[in-house]
Parts: sequence; structure tokens; C-alpha cells
Amino acid sequence: MSTTPAPSGAAVITGAALALGDDALVLSHRLGEWAGSAPVLEEEVALANIALDLLGQARVLLSLVGDEDELAYLREERSFRNAQLVEQPNGDFAHTIARQLYFSTYQRLLYGQLASGDGPFAGLAAKAVKEVAYHQDHAEHWTLRLGDGTDESHRRMQRACDALWRYTGELFQPVEGIDVDHTAMESAWLASVTDVLGRATLTVPEGPRTGAWAAGAGRQGLHTESFGRMLAEMQHLHRSHPGATW
Amino acid sequence: MTAVTAGTAGTTGAPGESDAAVAAEQAAYEAVFDAAVAADERIEPRDWMPEAYRASLVRQIAQHAHSEIIGMQPEANWITRAPSLRRKAILMAKVQDEAGHGLYLYSAAETLGTSRDELLDKLHSGRQKYSSIFNYPTLTWADMGAIGWLVDGAAITNQVPLCRCSYGPYARAMVRVCKEESFHQRQGYEALLALSRGTEAQHAMAQDAVDRWWWPSLMMFGPPDDESTHTAQAMAWKIKRHSNDELRQRFVDIAVPQAEALGLTLPDPDLRWNEERGHHDFGAIDWAEFWDVLKGNGPCNEQRLSRRRQAHEDGAWVREAAAAHAEKHRVDKHHAEQHQHTGKHGEAQA
Repeated sequence: MSTTPAPSGAAVITGAALALGDDALVLSHRLGEWAGSAPVLEEEVALANIALDLLGQARVLLSLVGDEDELAYLREERSFRNAQLVEQPNGDFAHTIARQLYFSTYQRLLYGQLASGDGPFAGLAAKAVKEVAYHQDHAEHWTLRLGDGTDESHRRMQRACDALWRYTGELFQPVEGIDVDHTAMESAWLASVTDVLGRATLTVPEGPRTGAWAAGAGRQGLHTESFGRMLAEMQHLHRSHPGATW
Repeated sequence: MTAVTAGTAGTTGAPGESDAAVAAEQAAYEAVFDAAVAADERIEPRDWMPEAYRASLVRQIAQHAHSEIIGMQPEANWITRAPSLRRKAILMAKVQDEAGHGLYLYSAAETLGTSRDELLDKLHSGRQKYSSIFNYPTLTWADMGAIGWLVDGAAITNQVPLCRCSYGPYARAMVRVCKEESFHQRQGYEALLALSRGTEAQHAMAQDAVDRWWWPSLMMFGPPDDESTHTAQAMAWKIKRHSNDELRQRFVDIAVPQAEALGLTLPDPDLRWNEERGHHDFGAIDWAEFWDVLKGNGPCNEQRLSRRRQAHEDGAWVREAAAAHAEKHRVDKHHAEQHQHTGKHGEAQA
């Protein structure tokens, strides 16, 4: 919770754990908003399952930094370190799937690299990479079904891929303490996403993948407007009962 | 009826003869069925069964499945506001389990010759019901605990005997459902205990939730025995093993000491131990409210059904996409097999 000025080893791990933990926490929350509204029963199960995996990752990562609930419920918007992609509203099912495709592909590459190293996140990554492989598989299959489904689903999926494209560059901005080759990871990510979109008969979006505000902004605590409202809902009850245990 | 229909089709000669033949065959099948039920054997999907038994089971299993699906809503209402990450994970897992229970139960119903689409259509059009309890709103976090303890507790009391139900697929689904439900109930109780032992405000929140959920939970057992239209037949067929009032009494007897252990009171001034009966006496249920909720006039009936319809309608394009994709893929595969073409699916589309 504290913003440590000196980049000591512990502070580096703190910053990195917050970035990864907040990504998982925030995306889990967004997926939790789907409960009861999914297009088929099987997707109720799948989306909740993914949300739970992510929440599990978030809890481990935040606990490396401090008290998980204090970190989740008592930080304000400007202190969250998640990438802007994961805080994007669910939109229609295509938006949720596009967000999942972009993020799970990144997470799979990231945890794959972290798991093969010997850094502080290797243990967590080894477990998480199995979960995110499933998440990516799920997102990929839905991208294929929606892209190469009906005219309407194709149109919606393309629109979703285009709309979220500008948030993808941020994922590859170096984060101190996350010891991976970000450039190589970005190339691998582009290749993977390009392949899936191609097989789904979708066009790889042409717009920029970063902008003045979407280049590592979330990692610096600069978020998009809907995020504050999401936090208000998430934190309200906890904040209403200071010091209570649940 | 498939077995009889199939058998008849094979043996029927002239129309005049067939009437008598069908009647005799029907009687023989019925005798086999009755004997199986009497011997506590399980009826399986391909066995002959009376049409009314089939219809009764479809009604009951469908209503049960619908309850799991509608029942996700009052709890999903609090997922985004759960006060700790641990509670949030527990609640998400529970709502996920409910979707899973819905899936098992729709599958069990499908073994009787209906389909999930058909049943969902009946739910959405109001022709099939779901448990009246889910027409009550979840107003505070403590409702998550009260639902776990009381609503799941009542559900378990109802469902454990169904694990011995005469229809095999339903009984087997209930074994799996009950294991998970017991787990949910313990978690609900534990959540409520944390509140009861927490701050004054938390304790008050817990008591308020119990006050609001107690009577609706007792109504989950259905109308009193003398007004229950399906009970006698369901018991004769061994679908049901106990009457509504028996199960309700069992639930009250279990809940009273649990409430004491929780440090919470139950909102019934007439609730007291009856030494002679060896049971707790309890006050009169407001049956007018029960029938009113059942008729669609509960606090959330409109909201629950609208939300469910909305989810279904909003998801239509997704289901259509999945079907269209599967169809293309099937055609591609078929095409590939015919032409010994081994190229990638993606290339054919490009």
C-alpha cells in the first residue's frame, strides 16, 4: 500500500506484484459482473471459473505485498497499478472475449517466461500458467466462433477487437521487477493474436497500440473513467465498516 | 412411453386387435413398473413408465433446475460488493456451482424426453415455476449468510431424501448437488457467525437478514400437507419420501439450536420446544403471502424473470454464432473427408 521511494529489492517486488496482482484482481471483478447474465449456462461456469482463477492469483500476489483486503479495498484509483485493458467494461460478449484473448495471450507468455526463471514469481507462475493456458484456449475458441460465425457476430467481434486494440501496447511496457524480455514477448503476442484473428476471418486492427494516455498509464496509476466507478462498487461495503472482519 | 410405442409399432396388426393388445401390454408394463418401485429399484430412462410419472418428474426436475438458475441472481447481486477477497471467492464459487447444478438437472430432465431449450422457453414464458424463495431481494451482505444457512439448509432438507428418489438420473444428480449444497450451507453459517460475532453493526445486519429470510425459508417446503396437490402421488411413486410438513418440522428442529449457537434469534414468538411431541412448535405461516409470491406478486418476481429473459435474448447472437460456426466446421470436415483434403480449416476460410 505504501509507495516506497527507494528502489530497494523489496520495493521492486512490491511494484511488480502490485502490477500483476491488480491486473488479476480487476479482470476477475469484471468477469464477476457477468454472473447470471451469460449467453449460455456453460459460459456462466466458464467465466466464473476464469474469474476465480484470476482472483486466486490476485490474492497470492497482493499477499506478497501486504494485507490483501487492505490493498484491494482501501487503495484509491490512483494507487492501482493494473493495465488499462483489464478495467475496460465488459460491453457485449464479443468485447469480453476480445479482452480475454488479448490479456490471456499476454499472461500465458508472461507466466511461461516467469515460470522458467528463478525470480520471486517463479512458483506462482508455474501454477498460474496452467490456468491461463485454459483461459487462452477458451478465448481463442470463442474468437473463432464469433469471428467465423454469423455476419452479426463477425461484425461485433471485429468491432471489439478494434476498440480494445489501443490498450494492448501497455502490456509490454517494462515493469521493474518483472524480469522478462518484453520485446520478445510482444513479438510473440502479436504473432499469436494475428494467427487467431486470421483463423477467425478477422482483420488485425490497424490503429496504434498505444497513445499518449495508453502507454503504460495504468501502471502509473492513470486509469480510464469507468474504473473509479468500478472501485466505488467494489470497495463500498468494506469501507463502510472500518476495521471490521468478515 | 417410448418403450410401449416401440413395442406396439412392432406387434400391431389390424386396428381392432391393437386396442386390446395395447391395453394388455400397457397393463403388463405397469405391473413391471409398480413392482420395481415397490422393490425400491431405480427407474432408468429407457424403462417404461406411466405418462403421469414422466410428466410429474419433468415438472419437478425442471422447476428444480430453474431454481438453480434464477437463484444465481440474488447472490450475483453481491459478488461485486463482497467485503473481502476470501468471501468474494467463496461467493463466486457458489454461483458457479449453481450454474453447474442447473446443468446436471437439465440433463436429468432431458433423459425424460424434453430439451433444455424447451424447458428454458417454459421458464421464460412463465409456464414453469422456480422456487418462491428467489423472489425475495438481497438487501445486505448478511443476506449471503442467511441464504447459505437457511435457504440452502431448507434445500438440503428437501433434497437429501431425493437422493433415494425412484428415478435414477434425478437421484444421482441429487447426490452430487447435495454434497456441494452442504458445503455452501456451512460457508453461509460461518459467514453469519463472523457477522454475529463482529461489530455491533455487523451483528444487527445478521439479525435483520435472519428476520427477513426465516419465514420465506419455511415456505420453501411448499403448502401444508392438506393443500399439497402432488404429494400423495409423488410419495406413492417414491419420488418424494416425506410430506412437506414433515420436512418443514425437521428443518425447524435443526435450525433452532443452530440459531442459538449463532447468537441470533428467530422471528417467531410462538417458537418453543414441545416435550410431548419431541419437536419444536412454531407459529403460523402467512400462506396468503406464499400464494401471492407463487402467483407472481412477490417483491422480485418481475425483476428475476425479466433479467433471465434479458440474458437469454442478449445472448441469442452468441448462440447463433456458435451454431453457425459448428455447422461450417462440420461441413468443412465433411468436405475434407470426401476430398481427402487435409489443409487447415483456416485456409479454406481465407
